[in-house]
Amino acid sequence: MGSISLEHVNKSFGDVQVIPDISLDIKDGEFVVFVGPSGCGKSTLLRLIAGLEDTSSGTILLDGVDMTDAPPARRGLAMVFQSYALYPHMSVRDNIAFPLKMAKLPKEVIDQKVDYAARTLNLSSYLDRRPRALSGGQRQRVAIGRAIVREPKAFLFDEPLSNLDAALRVNMRLEITELHQQLKTTMIYVTHDQVEAMTMADRIVVLNAGNVEQFGSPLDLYKKPANRFVAGFIGSPRMNFVDGAEAAKYDAHSIGVRPEHFVLTRIPAPGSWEGVVSVAEQLGSDTFLHVQVGEFGLMTIRTDGEETFSHGDDVYLTPDATRIYRFDADGKAL
Amino acid sequence: MARKVSTQTRIGFTIGAWVVALLLFSPILWTALTAFKTEAEAIASPPTFWPQTFTLENFSAVQERSDYVKHAINSIIVALGSTLLGLAIGIPAAWAMAFAPTKRTKDVLMWMLSTKMMPAVGVLIPIYLIFRDLRLLDTVHGLTIIMTLINLPIIIWMLYTYFKEIPVDILEAARMDGAELWNEIVHVLVPMAIPGIASTLLLNVILAWNEAFWSITLTSGRAGTLTAFISSFSSPQGLFLAKLSAASLLAIAPILLMGWFSQKQLVRGLTFGAVK
Repeated sequence: MGSISLEHVNKSFGDVQVIPDISLDIKDGEFVVFVGPSGCGKSTLLRLIAGLEDTSSGTILLDGVDMTDAPPARRGLAMVFQSYALYPHMSVRDNIAFPLKMAKLPKEVIDQKVDYAARTLNLSSYLDRRPRALSGGQRQRVAIGRAIVREPKAFLFDEPLSNLDAALRVNMRLEITELHQQLKTTMIYVTHDQVEAMTMADRIVVLNAGNVEQFGSPLDLYKKPANRFVAGFIGSPRMNFVDGAEAAKYDAHSIGVRPEHFVLTRIPAPGSWEGVVSVAEQLGSDTFLHVQVGEFGLMTIRTDGEETFSHGDDVYLTPDATRIYRFDADGKAL
Repeated sequence: MARKVSTQTRIGFTIGAWVVALLLFSPILWTALTAFKTEAEAIASPPTFWPQTFTLENFSAVQERSDYVKHAINSIIVALGSTLLGLAIGIPAAWAMAFAPTKRTKDVLMWMLSTKMMPAVGVLIPIYLIFRDLRLLDTVHGLTIIMTLINLPIIIWMLYTYFKEIPVDILEAARMDGAELWNEIVHVLVPMAIPGIASTLLLNVILAWNEAFWSITLTSGRAGTLTAFISSFSSPQGLFLAKLSAASLLAIAPILLMGWFSQKQLVRGLTFGAVK
């Protein structure tokens, strides 16, 4: 079991309030991603759940038991750090065995579990090496191995992939998702990368300045963003926003259109916006056009990679009327 | 980028370094040579460099008169005992200051260091009276306690600087792995800080070994250390330079050997934090 509930959790460092008031319910077995720009409090929130920081007020329940004041060692959670945080003076075997030794398990059981974890993670041939003799990806696997052997109530990941190169990151992303499907243990994963959030999560918590902007499934967030912040944060490239008279036509303070929700033509169409291509980023499958649209400023448009555009081309953008997001003056979705 | 150094400059620096090193070493060399001379030769004018009649009788005279072995054992107990006791107190203290600091941690560190700037003689009378009332005068354990206390600021400061270099993530990982505080310190912090703890230990053994003020004032016959042993040779029965030299040589030899074999740790300990 591994359900996690936060009730009115508040955290201040001195006079600085990092998390004003958060309540969340994470179900057993869920993969939840905390995502948000840097400094939004997502790592702090994770560390509060871990017990590495004390809450200023509020309650944290693990499986319904109040753990607000329990030390990290007693919470039964496992954590994977951005820096891997392996014990440099211990071999890979001892690193993975450490939590089991702390739990005072008999030696045969420890050996069995370590061997099993090493086989699962393809680490069997490195068991006697020290962490410094491993590559970044292997170190990350050791850190994951150390987390899974103790069969925790939940796994906490603190930006675990940000020190890896792009190709390896995609691989590890898949491995962690697979691991979740295998173990079906609750996982909380912190990242600033919305692609990781979208691809891995059952549900995403979008955080901004210590507040939960929205908590929902990836597609919910994409299709029904609660406000302008979520709309802009989820989706890549990010949503284009237009204020003023054009927005007023839709009875809103501002409107948003995703780069993929435009029809692009070379000739004017009814209701289209005229623009000039500034930069064309060709990815092969897609082309991202950055188009200067009069008073609206720079807009990003996604097109298929078939047609080529170059700097200075005149284009006409027609937003898909059914997929225009409307926001009020406070940024709330209408 | 390595800077290019011309051969002349290098030779110049080498000669300079040797001259300075010999100058610093010359008193010790002179003591060592004098220890093997007869008393008459030791005060001869003009002095002889190399002992004309090589003799070991100073050493046996010294042992007979003042029992070198007893003083040496006292020194070893006090130096090692105070250092180990200091580490036992200093490691948890430095852990707290490095990894769980409060607003006042820096002030506490500075305050501890400031006690080292105070002249020891300023607290001589209160300490003497306390020691008298607690019956700690002229006892090895009493001296060990005072030595621990006077070196504790240095122990904590050194350990604190070493601990600050250890990424806190690793200690947090240990906490997440179910390690209570004691296990975190014993299984993770201490093994990672071994080089730092070793140089702290070496430096403090040397400081305690060479400490003279408290050893001389708080002991007489029973608990005297080697510094008290040397000072007992200095004045009352006139000048016995050869015997004094033999006593000094015996007193510094053990620590000199230890220093020689642990040079690397010592240099690292003394310059730690100076360059990153």
